[in-house]
Amino acid sequence: MPAWLMQPRTGGLLLLAAIMVLVYLAAPNNFYLDVAIQIGLNAIVVVGLNLLIGYAGQISLGHAGFFGLGAYASAVLPAHFGVPPLAAPVVGMLSVGLLAFLVARPILRLKGHYLAMATLGLGILVFMLLTNESQLTGGPDGMAVERLRIFGERISGKDWWYLITAAMLLLSVWLTLNLIDSPTGRALRALHDSQIAAQVAGVDVARFKVIAFVYSAMLASLAGSMSALYSGFVTPDKAGFIHSIELVIMVVLGGMGSTFGGILGAAVLTSLPQFLTVFAEYEHMILGAILMAVMIFLRRGILPSTLDLLARRRTG
Amino acid sequence: MSQLAVEHLSIDFGGLRAIDKLSFEIAPGTIHSIIGPNGAGKTTLFNLITGIYTPSEGCILLDGEEVTGLPPHLLARRGMCRTFQNLQIFERMSAVENVMLGRHLHESKNLLGHLLRLPGVVEENRRSRAKSMELLELVGLGEQADAPAGALPYGALKRLEIARALAGQPKMLLLDEPAAGCNAVETQEIDAVIQTVAGQGVTVVLVEHDMHLVMNISNHILVLDYGRKLAEGTAEEVRQNPEVIAAYLGQQAEEAAAHA
Amino acid sequence: METFLQFLFGGLTVGAVYAMVALGFTIIYNASDVINFAQGEFVMLGGMCTVFFSLWGLPLPLAAVAAVIAASLVGVALNKLAIEPARGANVVTLIIITIGASIFLRGLAQVVFDKQFHRLPSFSGDQPIDVLGATLTPQSLWVMGGAAVIVVVLWYFFTRTTFGKSILATSHNRLAARLVGINVEVVLLASFALSAAIGALAGILVTPITLTSFDAGTMLALKGFAAAILGGMGNPLGAVVGGLLVGIAEAMGAGYLSSEYKDAVAFLIILCVLFVMPSGLFGRRGTERV
Repeated sequence: MPAWLMQPRTGGLLLLAAIMVLVYLAAPNNFYLDVAIQIGLNAIVVVGLNLLIGYAGQISLGHAGFFGLGAYASAVLPAHFGVPPLAAPVVGMLSVGLLAFLVARPILRLKGHYLAMATLGLGILVFMLLTNESQLTGGPDGMAVERLRIFGERISGKDWWYLITAAMLLLSVWLTLNLIDSPTGRALRALHDSQIAAQVAGVDVARFKVIAFVYSAMLASLAGSMSALYSGFVTPDKAGFIHSIELVIMVVLGGMGSTFGGILGAAVLTSLPQFLTVFAEYEHMILGAILMAVMIFLRRGILPSTLDLLARRRTG
Repeated sequence: MSQLAVEHLSIDFGGLRAIDKLSFEIAPGTIHSIIGPNGAGKTTLFNLITGIYTPSEGCILLDGEEVTGLPPHLLARRGMCRTFQNLQIFERMSAVENVMLGRHLHESKNLLGHLLRLPGVVEENRRSRAKSMELLELVGLGEQADAPAGALPYGALKRLEIARALAGQPKMLLLDEPAAGCNAVETQEIDAVIQTVAGQGVTVVLVEHDMHLVMNISNHILVLDYGRKLAEGTAEEVRQNPEVIAAYLGQQAEEAAAHA
Repeated sequence: METFLQFLFGGLTVGAVYAMVALGFTIIYNASDVINFAQGEFVMLGGMCTVFFSLWGLPLPLAAVAAVIAASLVGVALNKLAIEPARGANVVTLIIITIGASIFLRGLAQVVFDKQFHRLPSFSGDQPIDVLGATLTPQSLWVMGGAAVIVVVLWYFFTRTTFGKSILATSHNRLAARLVGINVEVVLLASFALSAAIGALAGILVTPITLTSFDAGTMLALKGFAAAILGGMGNPLGAVVGGLLVGIAEAMGAGYLSSEYKDAVAFLIILCVLFVMPSGLFGRRGTERV
């Protein structure tokens, strides 16, 4: 195989695109397509979150908050402020980016568990706002979302949204892979291992933490907006702390510091509960047990640990 | 004019004075060694000079400008690079990427360009990699360029840190025990690298326990004891300073005299 | 004044529960550096086991003791089966394992018990006590008293007994503890058992007030974690103070502002504290060594 094809930016993206086509062709009915779209939406968040957690080494337990803000931007802006549905995600992304930028510096001064707590608190504050400002948001019951129109054409239905989600996921993966292999990406990865050494080499640590935080928040907002436009309805749950935790689990399960691993994690954790429903009341026990077992035996995440095992088998 | 001037510098750690009213100067283009027994405050002094610690009192002048309390990344912009006694390696990155990070200040900051991988960025990556490869060759790690840094042995990491520091094209290079834990051959290689770098006009500040290395290559030596200046001067002056002999060189110097 | 006192009593009661959960976090964190997000499930198990043991015919006090023992066994099993096999893994990975354990235990409770809400009778009646115009239920006194007793016993255990001291020593320096002959494995087991027991006790004490169900642990773990962080992770005193503060903030927020935003008050306070004191109120500070 030629060397350029083995690069994540070429071979990896091609493989991802191929899988997307195959899934579309092989999906027996709309239910599978729906699951695939949900996977894609989560994967967009996870790609950004992995940059923050896996590459830059900064935990966030609050990214569902940004997802929720994006979702509500798609719902509230057209309904109350007359913003066209197509522009709402963009306005949402920019506002979320600004919010993330404003809070990033004080929050990312914190380390480890304290950072986890602060981001968790931030996410919960967003959740409470969305739940309780019911004049705008419809409160805990949520609200309907005006459908997307492009050139007068109403964009709904699984096929359209599968296409849009796939395209956006490919785009965000491409951008993220570009970033990782650039001076900015090296600075981000450096501060994971040694902030001191990075600083001494001239890296403005605070600036790069802000970049990773804002970038991941904007991707979360985009995915949130898409999810709202796709389902035609938003509820505050998607901004809740359980969803934040799920997103982090996807990153860690698939592989911290592996963009494609994160996508795999999103696929596994999004689809697993759908398939575990056949076990009825044993569903949660099995999900918990699988989670523990994977993390114990493939502790670096499914993709990196599996690749390691394969490489070891080949050389050993 | 001196390149670095330290005046009445002190730092306390909860009642313990690790550096005590220390003053000295470093002339540009020299190899300046700081020696002293364990716990004398050598690494603390490095951490003060490079902005990792903020002094309790006193000031630091770089090229005649006061830089006391500036954070490390701003000092790096003024041409200060260093290595660490306890390695600070980016273990998840490859060896060559570690060195490329050292070039951070000489690379573009165009975030949008990085995201879109504009042709300029591709070209820049290629150039950065080529320059970093040269430095890896210089410290003898050319073969291991694409190995994950976390997998390299200790001696190699010591040299990797030197290459990374050099990548910043420093005007002043601070090396904290570069030869610690290295065998005789590696020490000689490091010795040669330091001489080469100094030959290019870079000021080298060296903390080292290997007296042979220190005495061989230093233009100027500062002896610390309990955070204070014990003596200062050329290798010859320091070697013959009675206080230094008593406090530090003691045994070694007597042996050397006996052999002579 | 009466209303303030009323809110304060409410806050201290919930706060005492948060303090106990936070202590549980602290003990496991100190012994193993693991943030155990299954901590809330110990509280749930305490309440649910007591309910069902007494339904199955045990007298209440005996059911409570059995519930504490059951939760401790679960704690020990958690350490043996999930934490120890993953020793050396990344901190975030370990956290995900405990979240897996938390999902598993919730699922287990759902299967072994049921999905209904359950309550226990108050330990000494429901006749409210009048204190300076505010009312205090006897069960609130049980919760606060229980927490106080636990704090005193823990203090005695960690400062006055050899075994307690060896746990503390292990938390400061695992290698050094091993070198002076402390059996680190036993210390770990004891810490998980102790932490689970405290959680279960909290669950038993509070169930007559708040009811319990298979998923009651999630919110408690969240609040307990918040309390432990507010106080400074790893500091038992901080855990207690943090727990009480979070409880009081909630009660005051609910009372004076709005019940919808009661959690927001607590989290806002925590954020503000962290911005000023990045290691919490009583957390360890120190210069980074390089």
